[in-house]
Amino acid sequence: MAPVLRKLLYVEAVINYKKSSFLSEKEKEKKVVWDGDKKKDDERLRLVVKRRKDWRCVDWCCWLIGYICTAWWLLLFLYNTLPSHYLQLPVEPPGLKLKKEGLRELHPVVFVPGIVTGGLELWEGRPCAHGLFRKRVWGGSFTEIFKRPLCWLEHMSLDNETGLDPPGIRVRPVPGLVAADYFGPGYFVWAVLIENLAHIGYEGKNMHMTSYDWRLSFQNTEVRDQSLSRLKSKIELMVRTNGHKVVVVPHSMGVLYFLHFIKWVEAPTPMGGGGGPHWCHNHIKAVMNIGPAFLGVPKALSGIFSAEAKDIAFARAMAPYVLDSDILGLQTLGHIMRVSRTWDSIMSLLPKGGETIWGDLDWSPEEGYCCNSLKDCSKAYVNQQSGSGNSSNGKLDATRNEKVHYGRIISFGKLSSQLPSSILERPDSKVVLFGLNSPTGRNSSCGGEVWTEYHEMSKESIRAVAEGKAYTSGNIVDLLRFVAPRLMRRADSQFSHGIADDLDHPTYNHYRYWSNPLETKLPNAPEMEMYCLYGVGIPTERSYVYKDSPSDKCSIPFKIDSGASGGGGCLKGGVYLVDGDESVPVLSAGFMCAKGWRGKNRFNPEGMPTHVREYRHLPPTNLLEGRGMQSGAHVDIMGNVALIEDIMRVAAGATGRDIGGDRIYSQILQFSERINLPL
Amino acid sequence: MSLLRRRKPLESEKASVPEKPSVSDTSKKPDAKPDIKDEKKKHSKGRWSCIDGCCWFIGCICCIWWFLLFLFNAMPASFPQYVTEAITGPLPDPPGVKLQKEGLTAKHPVVFVPGIVTGGLELWEGHPCADGLFRKRLWGGTFGEVYKRPLCWVEHMSLDNETGLDPPGIRVRPVPGLVAADYFAPGYFVWAVLIANLARIGYEEKTMYMAAYDWRLSFQNTEVRDQTLSRIKSNIELMVSTNGGKKVVVIPHSMGVLYFLHFMKWVEAPAPMGGGGGSDWCAKHIKAVMNIGAPFLGVPKAVTGLFSAEAKDVAVARAIAPGVLDSELFGLQTLQHVMRMTRTWDSTMSMIPKGGETIWGDIDWAPEQGYDCSNKKQKGNETQAGGTINVDSLDDKSYGVHYGRIISFGKDIAEAHSSKIERKDFKEAVKDNNLGHSNVSCGDVWTEYQEMTWDSVKAVADYKVYTAGSLLDLLHFVAPKMMQRGDAHFSYGIADNLDDPKYENYKYWSNPLETKLPNAPEMEIYSMYGVGIPTERSYVYKLSPLADTCFIPFRIDTSAEGGDTGSCLKGGVHSVNGDETVPVLSAGFMCARGWRGKTRFNPAGISTYIREYDHAPPANLLEGRGTQSGAHVDIMGNFALIEDIIRVAAGATGEDIGGDQVHSDIFKWSESIKLKL
Repeated sequence: MAPVLRKLLYVEAVINYKKSSFLSEKEKEKKVVWDGDKKKDDERLRLVVKRRKDWRCVDWCCWLIGYICTAWWLLLFLYNTLPSHYLQLPVEPPGLKLKKEGLRELHPVVFVPGIVTGGLELWEGRPCAHGLFRKRVWGGSFTEIFKRPLCWLEHMSLDNETGLDPPGIRVRPVPGLVAADYFGPGYFVWAVLIENLAHIGYEGKNMHMTSYDWRLSFQNTEVRDQSLSRLKSKIELMVRTNGHKVVVVPHSMGVLYFLHFIKWVEAPTPMGGGGGPHWCHNHIKAVMNIGPAFLGVPKALSGIFSAEAKDIAFARAMAPYVLDSDILGLQTLGHIMRVSRTWDSIMSLLPKGGETIWGDLDWSPEEGYCCNSLKDCSKAYVNQQSGSGNSSNGKLDATRNEKVHYGRIISFGKLSSQLPSSILERPDSKVVLFGLNSPTGRNSSCGGEVWTEYHEMSKESIRAVAEGKAYTSGNIVDLLRFVAPRLMRRADSQFSHGIADDLDHPTYNHYRYWSNPLETKLPNAPEMEMYCLYGVGIPTERSYVYKDSPSDKCSIPFKIDSGASGGGGCLKGGVYLVDGDESVPVLSAGFMCAKGWRGKNRFNPEGMPTHVREYRHLPPTNLLEGRGMQSGAHVDIMGNVALIEDIMRVAAGATGRDIGGDRIYSQILQFSERINLPL
Repeated sequence: MSLLRRRKPLESEKASVPEKPSVSDTSKKPDAKPDIKDEKKKHSKGRWSCIDGCCWFIGCICCIWWFLLFLFNAMPASFPQYVTEAITGPLPDPPGVKLQKEGLTAKHPVVFVPGIVTGGLELWEGHPCADGLFRKRLWGGTFGEVYKRPLCWVEHMSLDNETGLDPPGIRVRPVPGLVAADYFAPGYFVWAVLIANLARIGYEEKTMYMAAYDWRLSFQNTEVRDQTLSRIKSNIELMVSTNGGKKVVVIPHSMGVLYFLHFMKWVEAPAPMGGGGGSDWCAKHIKAVMNIGAPFLGVPKAVTGLFSAEAKDVAVARAIAPGVLDSELFGLQTLQHVMRMTRTWDSTMSMIPKGGETIWGDIDWAPEQGYDCSNKKQKGNETQAGGTINVDSLDDKSYGVHYGRIISFGKDIAEAHSSKIERKDFKEAVKDNNLGHSNVSCGDVWTEYQEMTWDSVKAVADYKVYTAGSLLDLLHFVAPKMMQRGDAHFSYGIADNLDDPKYENYKYWSNPLETKLPNAPEMEIYSMYGVGIPTERSYVYKLSPLADTCFIPFRIDTSAEGGDTGSCLKGGVHSVNGDETVPVLSAGFMCARGWRGKTRFNPAGISTYIREYDHAPPANLLEGRGTQSGAHVDIMGNFALIEDIIRVAAGATGEDIGGDQVHSDIFKWSESIKLKL
């Protein structure tokens, strides 16, 4: 080490050099040469001094970096030698607690991950994706977004016509528990639940992660990857080798995927899995839906409409850098829209049930919901209860009177979201939209590769859309058909968003209805249990205030009007909020279990028991808790201690009644009552 | 290291400081320059202390490192290939690309069955010492834990000594999916190359299945504990049904070959013990079994592994952790730890040589006798001369290799004529053996040797020579508990009457000499293996110099060397042709003779093919582990082998790819084995 160092410390090296040269000169005793040499040395020395002064800054930098690195290594070393339980929470994980109670594994568990949380890996790609074979292009560290963004976008897209692979590209879901245990490094999805289940004896053989390509429409996962067949075979194997029925735990969009699976498995073979009407009864003990998006989520709409969804299409949130980068310029949103519009699965999340469920121009089931803090709400509520006539407080009265029209899922301008429908001047949307149904191509001016269907629309049609003022969930689909005809053509063949009048009608045998709980019957399995487990207490997107995008170039012509606020606290940044888990409003998550399937009705002919389990959101109390152990947020709820305990008890054999039946904090029962749906 | 870095510069600094005055003295002329120097000196003293220097140095290194890292990352991925091609000329296309150009596409689903040690294992439940390792790999990957907490690691990798299943409170389970065995360690491929090439012609996750199983357990126990055999059955059925009824091509490697033999018997057997698939399951679901590096008849190195923990590749444990072997922490007991751990793994017993002296040779005779180890050209001559060899010439030194003597004590014994060896039956010592429990003094480490007296150890050595037949007695003697488990799960004999109902027990299912092949005449069985590498075949042992049973009392006598260059004896090991782990005889005999045509082992007349791949070391460094390697694991990257597999997976039959391809003397050797067929 020492010689190396001496060489590097320039000064010393020169001194040594000088010393040795001096000695050799002395031996020879040749003064002339000595003088000359001395001069040379002096010069050299001066040079060094000069150089050192020049170097100082660089040296100093090196010194600083070295210092930081050393300190970092030291800390890292200390951290690694630290016993790992040192940083652990004092709270006992539910797995250990229940283990002490004597719970053991009983029913095999099947996880069905939701949209975006499942990893995708590359099996065949274009030359630009060289070296990524069997590497994750979705999930993991997402480094490729930064390294080669356009290449990444190209590989994440599906074919615009078929909704399947583009030619020459094969991106496939990662199999196994690793598919969705962590989404990014350290960002758990299923990992906490898996670990707790492992404490009471679960392992790879009795836990199964359903991995499916969440970009495809549900039926296409079977067409391309036979994912549904695989799931069926896996469940059958687990039931056979364990001797007990499975407990299925779907999350988010996985809920719809599993609804689709239930219908698929019963349907006869060419289109379905041929399992027969008793398959569910023989194989499934309970379906414990976490954060279920049964009736869709409004944010799917804004995602498709203007690529502005906040959590569903994570793409934007996790890559803010890409959004602002110069390379992609203003077209980033356009790119995202182009890519995400090729993902059929997003369409499964559009609000279902139309105005009956989501409300019309004047009415919505959630009206009267108070968005302020709990105290104000209860006050207002009490006020409302105790005779609205003699209210003394004018302010409160105003708050109450400012009714939020949640039913207007998209309105153009804050005003049109608030005015009573009688005043709202609004041309009949159908006439407007279909009158202009021959969009003239204007994509000639939009250079580059970005292509969204907005480029094919004329200015007139865009203005016409904005003149529609307010759209409810009834005509929102028409709006989408207008602005994105190709997308909706694919969607209409894969999904349906209505309410069935006659469930026995043979049209409902088609697979496009299978993921809509309002157009299907639950299976013939009276002992099976349906759970709706979701978080409450977080403001959740419910309807949007839009505006025309000022830059009328090739970018997306509509934008959420983030300046719009007010509405008794319900309107923030152009978004009307309601109770929910940050992604799914309470109505969508709870209605089916609270009313649609409760008891014996036409959607639930066998009267299988349903249970609503709500978990009130509490933010993490300290930093060590990470994303919180009592969180109610859409994904973070997977680490919620109470939820995990419920799942484990059911997996270990308990029924819904054993764990306490319904557990409700929100106004879901009132909301559901107001919905006038024939059962 | 960091300490070192800090101290040394200090000394050099000190040393250089006193020298400085002499420098300034010599200049003698007191003008401005000395001032500058003095100033500089003070300055340097004040500013550039040792630690600063260190930090500066580290900073420099870090900066350079980051810069290089950045360059490396910014480099286009095709750059190394470009450079290679610039130097050596265009590389041959990988077989996947080549065959894709020929128009081959995915047809039959493919099932991989990994061998021993190559499959990853992960922790599901552990003792407190393994805190934080939940679902992390204990086996495979980086093996970081071996160094961090070696004793904890050994504890978790061991199985229960009585049951051969999990010890209480520990659950270590196989990693599922293709990742289980694509890479053994970072950069060390096992199946990855084959997978990548298959993907070229359209294979993907749904048409490729890695039958990951816990390779430490006995084969039947993988079903008992994990239902692994049921899973494989279900997955194969699923793949056949989702791929339009196309049968699967199974590719087992190494011990996976035996595992799959076991599977084929299990799946046909009726339900409580077997899978209840019926006698035509294989005919309906399997197109071909392409065995790679198949130890059908066992490998001699499994014996030494069990006997003295000295196997070289089978129990890779030793090879991957050479540091641990010599570390002070473990001291001399490392080998004992390894032995204790590996002896709890029932699966190693599946590879004890099978067929006894009929296959592996007796004291005087072995099928391979006359094999010349010097080099290939001479080998050809020997082959021609092979016909003229008769038993009388055995005294001749040039034919002195008695491969049949798998373990001999002393080099002279290994070479002596059988009539000159005096053997004492070691079994007489058994009675004494039970009395002598000397394990009191040995501390923690426990091997069964510690229950033996030194007298019984000596008795073992006095028997002098062990053939494949007497080996089993030896193992029963030195490791009774292990062999008790072994006897319940494996059998090593030759069946006289295959229809005897006793052969319905699962312990016979992995022995090709005690089972019939399934009733599937259209199925094909391939034996694909490398040749041209000297492979362990028999050993020269000596007693350990320490006369103490706390340590392993036997050792390979590494000083035993054959005289001339052409000798087969090197470092106490007689070697023969093979793939470095499996001798040709074990890999090829069943397909060359035992199952050839319609025999009693192959009643349906399943066609068998031998595909040998002559070993050629990698031509240059960029090739990595070689594209023409014949070594036991490296053969998985052999282009010719991959091409064969892809062709069969895409629909070709054995005849289409050229039938037998033989480089060794396997047919000659097989002929000399007198086995009733």
